[in-house]
Amino acid sequence: MTLSMILSQLPTALRKLDPRHLWRNPVMFVVWVGSLVTTVSAVVDPSVFAWSVAVWLWLTVVFGNLAEAAAEGRGKAQADSLRAARTDVTARRVVSLRQAQSASGPGGVATEELETVPGTALRVGDRVVVEAGEVIPGDGDVVEGVASVDESAITGESAPVIREAGGDRSAVTGGTRVLSDRLVIEITAAPGETFLDRMIALVEGAERQKTPNEIALSILLSSLTIVFLLAVATLSPMADYAGAPQSTLVLVALLVCLIPTTIGALLSAIGIAGMDRLVQANVLATSGRAVEAAGDVSTLLLDKTGTITFGNRQARDLVTAAGIEDDELRDAARLASLADQTPEGRSIVELAIERGAGDEGAPVGAEFVEFTAETRLSGVDLPDGTSIRKGAGAAVQEWAGVELPPTVRTAVDEVSGAGGTPLVVAQRSGTSVSVLGVVHLKDVVKPGMRERFDELRAMGIRTVMITGDNPLTAATIAREAGVDDFLAEARPEDKMALIRKEQEGGRMVAMTGDGTNDAPALAAADVGVAMNSGTSAAKEAGNMVDLDSDPTKLIDVVGIGKQLLVTRGALTTFSIANDVAKYFAIIPAMFVVAYPSLDTLNVMRLATPESAILSAVVFNALVILGLVPLALRGVRSRASSASAVLRRNLLVYGVGGVVVPFAGIKLIDLVVSQLPGIR
Amino acid sequence: MSDSLSGLLTIAALITLLAVVHVPLGDHMARVFTTTRHTRLERGIYRLVGVDPDGAQTPRAYTTSVLAFSAVGIVLLLAVLMAQSLLPGSRGLSGMPWDMAVNTAVSFVTNTNWQSYAGESTLGFVAQMSGLAVQNFVSAAVGLAVAVALVRGFVQVRSGTLGSFWVDLVRGTLRILLPIALVGAVLLLTQGVVQSFSDTTVRGVTGAQQVLTGGPVASQEAIKELGTNGGGYFNANSAHPFENPTPLSNLLEIFLLLVIPVSLTRTLGTLLGNRKQGYAVLGAMTVLFGAALSLATWAEVGGHADSARAAGAAMEGKETSFGTWASALFAVATTGTSTGAVNASHDSLTPVGGGTTIVNMMLGEVSPGGVGAGIYGILVMAILTVFVAGLLVGRTPELLGKKIGRREMTFVALYVLVTPALVLVGVGTAIALSSTPDAMGNPGGHGFSEVVYAYTSAANNNGSAFGGLTVTSTFFQLTLAVAMLLGRFVPIALVLGLAGSLARQNRVPASAGTLPTHTPLFAGLLVGIVLLVTGLTYFPALALGPIAEALA
Repeated sequence: MTLSMILSQLPTALRKLDPRHLWRNPVMFVVWVGSLVTTVSAVVDPSVFAWSVAVWLWLTVVFGNLAEAAAEGRGKAQADSLRAARTDVTARRVVSLRQAQSASGPGGVATEELETVPGTALRVGDRVVVEAGEVIPGDGDVVEGVASVDESAITGESAPVIREAGGDRSAVTGGTRVLSDRLVIEITAAPGETFLDRMIALVEGAERQKTPNEIALSILLSSLTIVFLLAVATLSPMADYAGAPQSTLVLVALLVCLIPTTIGALLSAIGIAGMDRLVQANVLATSGRAVEAAGDVSTLLLDKTGTITFGNRQARDLVTAAGIEDDELRDAARLASLADQTPEGRSIVELAIERGAGDEGAPVGAEFVEFTAETRLSGVDLPDGTSIRKGAGAAVQEWAGVELPPTVRTAVDEVSGAGGTPLVVAQRSGTSVSVLGVVHLKDVVKPGMRERFDELRAMGIRTVMITGDNPLTAATIAREAGVDDFLAEARPEDKMALIRKEQEGGRMVAMTGDGTNDAPALAAADVGVAMNSGTSAAKEAGNMVDLDSDPTKLIDVVGIGKQLLVTRGALTTFSIANDVAKYFAIIPAMFVVAYPSLDTLNVMRLATPESAILSAVVFNALVILGLVPLALRGVRSRASSASAVLRRNLLVYGVGGVVVPFAGIKLIDLVVSQLPGIR
Repeated sequence: MSDSLSGLLTIAALITLLAVVHVPLGDHMARVFTTTRHTRLERGIYRLVGVDPDGAQTPRAYTTSVLAFSAVGIVLLLAVLMAQSLLPGSRGLSGMPWDMAVNTAVSFVTNTNWQSYAGESTLGFVAQMSGLAVQNFVSAAVGLAVAVALVRGFVQVRSGTLGSFWVDLVRGTLRILLPIALVGAVLLLTQGVVQSFSDTTVRGVTGAQQVLTGGPVASQEAIKELGTNGGGYFNANSAHPFENPTPLSNLLEIFLLLVIPVSLTRTLGTLLGNRKQGYAVLGAMTVLFGAALSLATWAEVGGHADSARAAGAAMEGKETSFGTWASALFAVATTGTSTGAVNASHDSLTPVGGGTTIVNMMLGEVSPGGVGAGIYGILVMAILTVFVAGLLVGRTPELLGKKIGRREMTFVALYVLVTPALVLVGVGTAIALSSTPDAMGNPGGHGFSEVVYAYTSAANNNGSAFGGLTVTSTFFQLTLAVAMLLGRFVPIALVLGLAGSLARQNRVPASAGTLPTHTPLFAGLLVGIVLLVTGLTYFPALALGPIAEALA
């Protein structure tokens, strides 16, 4: 974000000078009142100094507003593109069955009678018909039909998705377009409360409520503001006693410099920008609270399939039975899998070719046998009468009618023991049956997962892999991926029990889910990310929705949460640390006349009392503007232990916060002191 | 032996004593507040006052009990002070005027022990023993109880109670304060502290006979230091030879006023099951104390120009038998522990030395602070520290497994606000009055320091006086009483509310992502936050007093 982009928000920032908007931010409201007071005193008793202070105090408020406006501005662009999807649609509503009957008279045909209504007239429970080329008028569940739907308006993903009645793919979102076929949809959200409406409100920040930590920080900032208010107010009689009465103008300037304006001005921008970063990652959070919770997560529940491993098993090895040539098994396995378009089947063909098999197509007249639940086998019958089958050991044994040879049995056990899936290949030509060997199918862990889990561990986050596999297989994958723990043969209620157990122990749990049976666990988890491809029940239960439906993104979500909190902490530290230098600028300036010895405290050797005070005020305002990009971008959060992160951030924002203003104020003073009327 | 050598040896002896004693005493205190057994005497007391010794109180009930007990204490003490002419052993002294009585009653019940009167010429034996001494014990026990309640808030998980105030009060008094005070009194007797019910005749340096007021001094003196009270039997306090006759008694008194606050860090570690945490807190306190001591000693020993030193400037307002080193040590210890006993006139310290004692109090009495008050004060500051530092590591803040959320932060923010508000408003109001310059003992910046010292001392429940300022006007009597009262009980109520809110929470287990709070880094950060908060609050006031003086 460049300065010009920030400055383009100036009109909005000026509109935000409305005190009704500002009073919700106590720190900036005090500055606003201070600006008013100094302006009045500049009018009553004009001088270059008085007007300069007044103008810069107004700029302090404006810069704060600018930060907020810039943060909101980024969301607005997104909201506009979303709003384009929410064009005024008309819906074809099914008139209720009773009415339909009475309209067509007794004994009438039970066809749907449709009426055309505006999309905004739809109510929860209404049924609408949507056909190819039409826009779905509201959120709902498909109750009849199958259709391909273009959801790019919401997800940005151009490939259409299938939506069908029943099951986990029944949810449709208003504003998406049906590309083929016809759907009957039962509306589940009233107009104005649809997913799209919620998204627009979220990215615009219109519904933004302060998060718990933000409130706690605001309380601290308010308390500090009151302390400084008292310190400055009581300084007035103290100064009178010291024989150096201070003007209201100077006291207000001191007050504004002391109260934590930097963090006060940027606090809401940081929150909005945090939500926005999440939106950039194509994740929508229903509340800022969820983003904050993401930073606190200490246990991640990750589904094995699709998150830790590629969704499918892949052939990794061939184990030939005793007395069989390696080539024989390789070629048989390839032939049996040629027509198998599953990723597993394709991977067997690839492995065979890799091992030197030919790349020719199936022989003419070959008949492929599809996998069925009954036979649990697939394969091919060749024109020469040879049949090849592959499948689980027991199934092949049944088909072949012979015991598996010992070498094959050992291989099956070994593959299972290593966490893989053994696929036995057998061949029958005429009356001779031979078991050729075993294909080792393996779950393949996505590259880079181990490193990510190591990072998470360094950040104090435990990863638990959830899988339906048996404990043996699960343990192998868990070891290979480097997760801390696993839950094998997991049913939804086991997942729920695990979440409860972790939470009992005081841990915060994050998980992803897409099915209706995930909904209770998603609701129970502190951070529940529902996949956009999932059911509306899942999306309703979670507190975030991932538009890309990428379960790996949970890890990014945690990072974004942490980044939000670190940014808040960094700017708070910086803001408070800044005060040290401001005291050294202003206090000697105020009292050097009464106590010449206090000139020793003027370590920056600022030119005159006026230039010192003005420089502090100018620095205080400019530092807000200077930190807007950081507030919007966020402080980079690193994957290392809390101690290491603390040491680094303290050095940068704590020590830096003490040192930087000394240099900054001095530099500004060099310029300010050249102004006629200040010198 | 040179002054420096004896001074360093005194400090070394003090450190050794504290190092040896804090482990057994700290563990003993931890046992006292956790055991389920009651002694026969305690059972009798519980039956007498109708308390269920095994019942735990909700935070609200605990707070109400503290406040009610203290309110009754103020009323009773007020009665004793105003009606002392009716009491036996009053030595013919009349009752206190109402405003002085209010000030004194509040002062002793709040563990401040600010004295706007001269002890020996205002109060008789009975008023001292039945009034002041009783509060010396129980006001310290109240501090202990509140500290333990806060620690319980961290220790307990999903609990709606904080223990019983009455049990904590009785045990703190009977099992901790009384036995140590008894030993302390006997040791002081051996050094020549008087314990009598009659006046004492001494022969002065001129040879003339002189009758000096005597009294039950040793028994008061021990608890005066041990309970970080500080209200002297005599106006001269620990500079009076009947209160503090020898360098050894001086060392003993300094030891007594530090021993419980220091040992409580061990108690904290033991109760938390995390000794390192106790050491981190002790470390932070030691750094603050050490810095103050170095600064004050440097200023008192070497802070005068040669000519001024030759004329005896360094010893002005100090007791010759103690010298500059022991005077600086006592001054820092008494202001760092909210005790308020003095063995030298702080008004006569160098600007840097006097300023150090003021800042020491402004820190909020956490170096190492009063009995109990030091621990709860530093824990509140630790919460403030984790709030900022916790965000820096990317987690919502937590301390010792408890989340610092909106509720907790409200209590902490108000706690941090109360004392500065009392000091600043008090000083601001007083200095605006045209009568105040007349009450000052000195003009200019030093006079201003006297006023700042008075309200700082009162609001932080220290009780020592800079001296110089005449505080007997009704304005000072009452505003200082208000500062003491609110400076004690508003923070206590907030701490107990905080404790209740922490106790209700579940515990978050520590992980690599948790900010460790038992490390030197954290202790250093804690010191930084304490200094920063104090500095930012009081810098203008300090600049117009001690700083302007010191730089002149």
